[in-house]
Amino acid sequence: MKGYWPGIRTIAKRELSAYFESPVAYVFLVIFLLLAGFFTFTFGGFFERGEASLAAFFNWLPWLFLFLVPAAGMRLWSEERRLGTIELLLTMPVAAWQAIVGKFLASWLFLIVALALTFPMIFTVNWLGDPDNGVIVSGYVGAALLAGAYLAISCMTSALTRNQVIAFILAVVICLLLILVGFSPLTDLLARWASPWVVESVAKFSVLTYYDGFQKGVLDSRGLLYFFSIMAYSLFVTGVVIRNHRAG
Amino acid sequence: MIKVENLSRSFGPKRAVDGVSFEVGKGEVLGFLGPNGAGKSTTMRMITGFIPPSAGRVSVCGLDVQDNPIEVKRRIGYLPEAAPSYTEMSVMSFLKFSAEMRGLEGESRRGAIRRVVELCHLESVLGQTIDTLSKGFRHRTCLAQALIHDPEVLILDEPTDGLDPNQKHEVRSLIRRMGENKAIIFSTHILEEVEAACTRAIIIDRGRIVANGTPKELMARSATGKLEDFFRSITRPDTAEATA
Repeated sequence: MKGYWPGIRTIAKRELSAYFESPVAYVFLVIFLLLAGFFTFTFGGFFERGEASLAAFFNWLPWLFLFLVPAAGMRLWSEERRLGTIELLLTMPVAAWQAIVGKFLASWLFLIVALALTFPMIFTVNWLGDPDNGVIVSGYVGAALLAGAYLAISCMTSALTRNQVIAFILAVVICLLLILVGFSPLTDLLARWASPWVVESVAKFSVLTYYDGFQKGVLDSRGLLYFFSIMAYSLFVTGVVIRNHRAG
Repeated sequence: MIKVENLSRSFGPKRAVDGVSFEVGKGEVLGFLGPNGAGKSTTMRMITGFIPPSAGRVSVCGLDVQDNPIEVKRRIGYLPEAAPSYTEMSVMSFLKFSAEMRGLEGESRRGAIRRVVELCHLESVLGQTIDTLSKGFRHRTCLAQALIHDPEVLILDEPTDGLDPNQKHEVRSLIRRMGENKAIIFSTHILEEVEAACTRAIIIDRGRIVANGTPKELMARSATGKLEDFFRSITRPDTAEATA
């Protein structure tokens, strides 16, 4: 593993600096923080809940990420293809999977930084009341995993095309499907005519099912397994797509 | 140092490269000529390991490209067609990135960057974003990337494309100088370049080699003694598709 790390690190470093060398990072951070605050304090009913928790924030996060994570990930491979730099990158002495992992880690780190910048909310609830900070930590872990899963899916769609708009839309649709199969207004509807075990087994594929577990303060190994499998699978498919693209 | 045997590559029903074989030794500069779409870039991409061949073998420094892709890539410097680069980076950070990808660190990285900056005359634009550079500088930045690890083998896809006459001359003499102790393949549309920089030339048409020899030999095969006339006599224009 040690021999592979320098290549991954160099690629990740370049990718991360690419976010900050263009306005992308700053626009993303500002919009994310504004929207996160807006959803938490208006629709989320942060004050009206009458409880010291970040539920108002975390409940909206899957929907906010639905658009923002694909926006952060859509350029990862499509930009390489558009600029032709993919040819440089893949003729340097690294394996394609190192490039895939390096790029993914850099973007994931960027999203985790964005999440970490919501820290004033933690201070706010701690100042207003007496929240369970263990639940808040596990909530953040769940949010970071959710971001990673969405991001890996965006990586995959980004490898499919040199057009960032197409990559974005495909990623949003796939992520939306992963939400909807466990979204209660929809599963309730499904439950009217399908037997309960069908509804339940379909819901097991939903990010919400596992995300909600983390929001209740449970660091469930099934949840970890679920999110990491989505990441591993999507990155694996990314590798296949890139190989097929070269094979023509 | 470069050995290409029966190399073929198809894209769907189209055979872009069809049974190409040649060798390039140390100290040789091979000029790769041919009309647009003849298969020059595809051949070069297979040598660098960017795309796999449909059939045939490529070995570089005795290593098979399919079996040892990473080891082969270490030994090659590659300038892709149209000289792509990460346009949002500065020239300096782009070169640092390339050096690091080649495993150069600390003093050897600084030394390597100094050397290629001097070779490619990039001193005046080091801090500039690549986006803001003229085509000639962009091109030379990508060339610098290919030279940064002082590779034994250089693959240059149209290294003088888009340069002005002075810059063309500069790059040509650079290729000739470096050719003394490396194996170089470069493709071009400019026939005088072959006379000026190559020890040998291959003309490729529709994926097949149609001529292989020193520039002098090739010129001698034309009635007029001009490379251009010889080129026109053995290759077909891309409008003549139906007669293929």
